[in-house]
Amino acid sequence: MEIDPFIFRLSIFILSIFVGYYVVWSVTPSLHTPLMSVTNAISSVIIVGAIIAALAGTSENVFETSSTFGFIAIILAAINIFGGFLVTHRMLQMYKKKKVKKK
Amino acid sequence: MISANLSAVFYLVSGILFILALRGLSSPDTSRQGNYFGIAGMIIAIVVTFLSIGNFSNSLVYVIIFLLIGGSIGAFIAFKIPMTAMPELVAGFHSLVGLAAVFVAIAAFLNPEAFNLGFLGNIKLASLIEMSIGAAVGAITFSGSIIAFLKLRGIMSGSPIIFSGQHLLNLILGIGIFVLIFYLCKTQSANIFWTVVFISFLVGILLIIPIGGADMPVVISMLNSYSGWAAAGIGFTLENTALIITGALVGSSGAILSYIMCKAMNRSFVSVILGGFGADSSADEKKKNQDQKPVKSGNAEDAAFLMKNASSVIIVPGYGMAVAQAQHALREMVDKLKKNDIKVTYAIHPVAGRMPGHMNVLLAEANVPYDEVFELEDINNDFANSDVAFVIGANDVTNPVAKTDPKSPIFGMPVLDVEKCKSVLFVKRSLSPGYAGIDNELFYKDNTLMLFADAKKMTEDIVKNLD
Repeated sequence: MEIDPFIFRLSIFILSIFVGYYVVWSVTPSLHTPLMSVTNAISSVIIVGAIIAALAGTSENVFETSSTFGFIAIILAAINIFGGFLVTHRMLQMYKKKKVKKK
Repeated sequence: MISANLSAVFYLVSGILFILALRGLSSPDTSRQGNYFGIAGMIIAIVVTFLSIGNFSNSLVYVIIFLLIGGSIGAFIAFKIPMTAMPELVAGFHSLVGLAAVFVAIAAFLNPEAFNLGFLGNIKLASLIEMSIGAAVGAITFSGSIIAFLKLRGIMSGSPIIFSGQHLLNLILGIGIFVLIFYLCKTQSANIFWTVVFISFLVGILLIIPIGGADMPVVISMLNSYSGWAAAGIGFTLENTALIITGALVGSSGAILSYIMCKAMNRSFVSVILGGFGADSSADEKKKNQDQKPVKSGNAEDAAFLMKNASSVIIVPGYGMAVAQAQHALREMVDKLKKNDIKVTYAIHPVAGRMPGHMNVLLAEANVPYDEVFELEDINNDFANSDVAFVIGANDVTNPVAKTDPKSPIFGMPVLDVEKCKSVLFVKRSLSPGYAGIDNELFYKDNTLMLFADAKKMTEDIVKNLD
């Protein structure tokens, strides 16, 4: 009997939870805020769904109901992607060791 | 146009890059590189999505325009936001992920053909379940994060909103969502789908309003987790590995952070969810009983004198420091002390601030090197060998009651052993209790000197007196 592709996706999902579990425990507590902002940014990869939805409109009717939801979702996710990665970057730039102290 | 198999491989690559992004955060040295991995993963995912669709109508132009609009807003916020406002920002971002998940689910429901999920009114069963779960979790994340945002921003009071039958109502609504999803699968009715989304919005609000301000670090972490599960739900719908991997990563990341936060407050996750902690009303009563006790108070001069004659000082910052924007003045003070060959370290409690790691970011912003900043378990033994503990804007996390009084609501919570220092300087505006609404025994100890003032002003005055 053939295995449903869903099972493969479920396997990826569950293994990823384990990977996440071990990776996140190794994150140093002082970087927990950047961890949150970067997880925020990467979860916005949901934008791929938004793009598919938005591009499904036809040339005559770019903004039908379904694709409009896609377009709005693109804006929301894009705010998150740019905002999330940039604010993480800004924070991480501030973490300095004693020796490289500038000011 | 690239084949479905090839794009699946690329999505896997971007998923792996996201794992590396989180891996980088294990040390500040590798963290910046990690962030670039994350960005690379995102670019790959977006480009591959464009390539896999292939037939671009003029929609593409609009997609790019909308992408840039969102991007500019995001970039603008990222550069403007003050570091003290990070908790609100993160809560706000969570709400956007949640809402985006809801909208993608709605789009998929209205136009399943575009996603290869069947036809309107005849969507594949598995996809229908996945998208409605994704939409429900997304909606809960959205409205919950909005409430968290309003509370953190101070637009809404941080005190818990409780009414009778609240938990029963939540339970009924929760079960209701599952029942509706079941009927949705049978009937494919759009009305039921909309009802699921609507009820989920409601559940998100009801879930967060009873949770008090003191528990906000848990709430943010929990919503972080939810946003991940929502993304994973949509990932299953779209059969997209990048989304599934990311969703799982973010989901477990948020769950672990919630666990760490709960542990740091010695509270069970369930009791946080049930809420009601940190009520403002009980605070006044207790304060009255304790007001009579004698307190030693001093001024900046006394504090400067004490610290100048110390050989080691431990600084215990809390959220009050952030509110008063005292971190830069504090840094100045520390510089002066260091010039006098005084050893200065920082002790950070896991729940100091309003989100995990918040204090560390604020100190980093004030150019405090991260190797002078220590976590609770690494520094707690040092208090006994130190001369001065300088508590600025922290309160509950230093309260010895947590170790001595089993009746106290914070009993068992790990606290910083500040009282073991030879002398304690406690910068605070008044004797009022902290977020947990309980009095701090530390105020009345013999070796405690209270410095009643605004944290920033007091620190600046101390700096002047150190010369």
